[in-house]
Amino acid sequence: MRSRKQLLETAVHGIFLMLGLVTVGCVLLITVYLVVSGIPAIRQIGLVPFLLGDTWESTAAQPSYGILPFILTSIYGTAGAILFGVPVGFFAAVYLAKLAPTQVKSIVEAAVSLLAGIPSVVYGLVGMLVLVPGTRALFHVPDGASLLAAIIVLSVMILPSIIKVSITALEAVPKEYEDASLALGATPIETYFRVSVPAARSGIAAAVVLGVGRAIGEAMAVMMVSGNAANMPSLFESVRFLTTAVSSEMSYSSGLQRQALFSIALVLFLFIMLINAVLNFFLKGQKEG
Amino acid sequence: MKKFASLMLVAVLALSVMAGCSQKTSGTVTTDGSTSMEKVIGALGEAFEAQNDRVTFTYNPTGSGSGIQAVLEGRCDIGLSSRDLKVEESAQGLTGTVLAYDGIAVIINPDSPISDLDVDTIAKIYTGEITNWKDVGGQDAEIVLIGREAGSGTRDGFESITGTVDNCQYRQELTSTGDVITAVSQNPDAIGYASLASVKDTVRAVTVGGVAPTEDAVKDGSYVIQRPFVLVTKTDTPLSEQAQKFFDFATSPDAAELISGAGAVAAN
Amino acid sequence: MLDRPISPSRRAYIGVMGLLCALSVLLVCALALFLIGYVLAAGLPNLSWELLTTKPSYLSDTIGILPDILNTIYIILAALLIVLPLGAGAAVYLTEYAANKRLVSVIEYAAETLSGIPSIIYGLVGMLVFTGVLGTSLLAGALTLVIMNLPTIMRTTQESLRTVPQSYREGAFGLGAGKWRVIRTVVLPGCADGIITGCILSVGRILGESAALLFTAGFAHALNGFFTGLASPGATLTVALYVYAKEQGEFGVAFAIAAILMLLTLAVNLTAALVGWYFRKRRAL
Repeated sequence: MRSRKQLLETAVHGIFLMLGLVTVGCVLLITVYLVVSGIPAIRQIGLVPFLLGDTWESTAAQPSYGILPFILTSIYGTAGAILFGVPVGFFAAVYLAKLAPTQVKSIVEAAVSLLAGIPSVVYGLVGMLVLVPGTRALFHVPDGASLLAAIIVLSVMILPSIIKVSITALEAVPKEYEDASLALGATPIETYFRVSVPAARSGIAAAVVLGVGRAIGEAMAVMMVSGNAANMPSLFESVRFLTTAVSSEMSYSSGLQRQALFSIALVLFLFIMLINAVLNFFLKGQKEG
Repeated sequence: MKKFASLMLVAVLALSVMAGCSQKTSGTVTTDGSTSMEKVIGALGEAFEAQNDRVTFTYNPTGSGSGIQAVLEGRCDIGLSSRDLKVEESAQGLTGTVLAYDGIAVIINPDSPISDLDVDTIAKIYTGEITNWKDVGGQDAEIVLIGREAGSGTRDGFESITGTVDNCQYRQELTSTGDVITAVSQNPDAIGYASLASVKDTVRAVTVGGVAPTEDAVKDGSYVIQRPFVLVTKTDTPLSEQAQKFFDFATSPDAAELISGAGAVAAN
Repeated sequence: MLDRPISPSRRAYIGVMGLLCALSVLLVCALALFLIGYVLAAGLPNLSWELLTTKPSYLSDTIGILPDILNTIYIILAALLIVLPLGAGAAVYLTEYAANKRLVSVIEYAAETLSGIPSIIYGLVGMLVFTGVLGTSLLAGALTLVIMNLPTIMRTTQESLRTVPQSYREGAFGLGAGKWRVIRTVVLPGCADGIITGCILSVGRILGESAALLFTAGFAHALNGFFTGLASPGATLTVALYVYAKEQGEFGVAFAIAAILMLLTLAVNLTAALVGWYFRKRRAL
């Protein structure tokens, strides 16, 4: 009787252990699949020509598979989105976490959640109908589908995650810090920016890194506003990102072209893993205070 | 750990086999491929379902390449390609049957004064030899070249007929017909190309060498920018009964009206 | 001392920071208002009963999104059915069983990694792993979504498990209950709110997903029952929006779907807030 009960306990423990390991299994599965399907093309093309080649002509009679334009576009695009999105998100978060009256806060937070929930296709669609013609008219360029349009769409798209994570970090700052600062004669705004923000810096850094991850991984929206030509990045030129390189050619691809697309996905995945590692570092910093 | 992962996979596999079986016996015709063929194949499928009420017809618009791949791997009955099969694809044991012909319209913004371009001029525009509309009788503005992504059947058709394969200096490479039409309709200096069946009144199709892209002109070959719609099947594996029935229906003269209703020209 | 005037430089600092805060919030609000307004204005006029209750017909050249609505429901049900036991089980393991700190941190790191992977990568891997055996089908899409939403369910369940007072567990142990019994009777009922919150968040994420589903679930618009539906390719609402906007240039329909999605998102957010409020209140009692 007793041993049966023990057996049951062990079995249940085993089942839960397996469930716990599913996550690890999934990560391994994804990694293995991406590596296995990404390596062959890199081998055939050569790592250096693949990563540093500046021409991508996947279906030409003499195909060339250089993804440097995509890598640089992804980096520039993400940097641009951070440049626009982070300051706005940061100041909005400080206001919402510290200064806003409760009612204003809950309304704006609801709006931010709604922004987060809008499918990226909708961002792309609105971008295509409003932003692309707008860019063309405003800057007198022949065509508005460009790196700049993509940067603007991306900065709007990363706002919700930056705001939400920053608010959480700011709200976790112990009230005593702020009380002490206020008691010493600092005004509320000085307190929030000189005491609360430094105390929440790990969390805010995490928010920025999260934004970087979102921006570099976004595909559907930027595909509709960036023009998609495999040019070297330039603000008013049509450009192609790592993500859009994969998704735009995937459905028609075959042979080495298809394998090369998987290699691009592998490169993107490595970027994401790097970002995750950095993110994890900051989150740990936040937990430890 | 590995053991568990494989266990999961086996369970999933078992589930899928069961699902797959039930699907086959209920009489389904599955097609997969070219997005340009959507209207044609959708109309044919709907009419076919109406005639055979116990047969389900599915169409998955993934793209010509994916469709061909799907037939090859046995993931669908009939693949749909908006370009002729490549030699290496035929060599893998596939047969292509031309179902219809589709004109590729060269489209410009309705505000543009241009109304006619010949194939030679179109080629020069797309290869970057002519970069300003004033050189072809239009306004003084840089020409914005809109095209499709590499591998697209429409791009393949357009580039091979105009002799511009691999030489087009695209400003935008968009992934769908709708995107091309939208981009052209939003920019007065843009030029693009799209399947005739999909062209809407937000853009204007130019006449090519004086010939308007009409059904008759595509049929008699006087409108030269056109490409085939191809049904792709395995050469040595017979189709299922219901798939064969659909194949016969689609290629029969009876289907011609449906095909032309969807904007293409039937081959038979 | 309290009345001492604030120096001009401090005054400037306060002014600038306050202004930046106000501008940022105004910008965010303006953006949200613009997007919501634009989508609703372009979408609502195109909503009709016919659109919601029919399937598209090529012969009569009409568009209906009933199949897409059903597909969305099917894929949400299937994905949640699979992900719930996995995610909740993993959370129970982490909070109740795991003694090995290294293992816990490995699992948590894996979960964080999963939540950072962009959907296009999920789409690719789903295409490689699941469509190979399942064909392009809603089930393949659902399985892809399972991996995507695993970390969400895990995290919310974990958070609510942490709020189950340790004394409850100790009490149950003290009465001689075995560990499994304690989990079944004390721990699991206590994490219902976490599981529900996780579900709501996952529903929200699935509603908005397109990149991960395009290559796995396909985009057919056939009207099917639950099981046939899972086995065949099908478009969810968001994928249908993508297809109608991009392949066919049907912006009216696309914005109508976008408006529906936005209202659904609003409903999901509201539900999440209400559920959170309800459970907090119940816990406080």
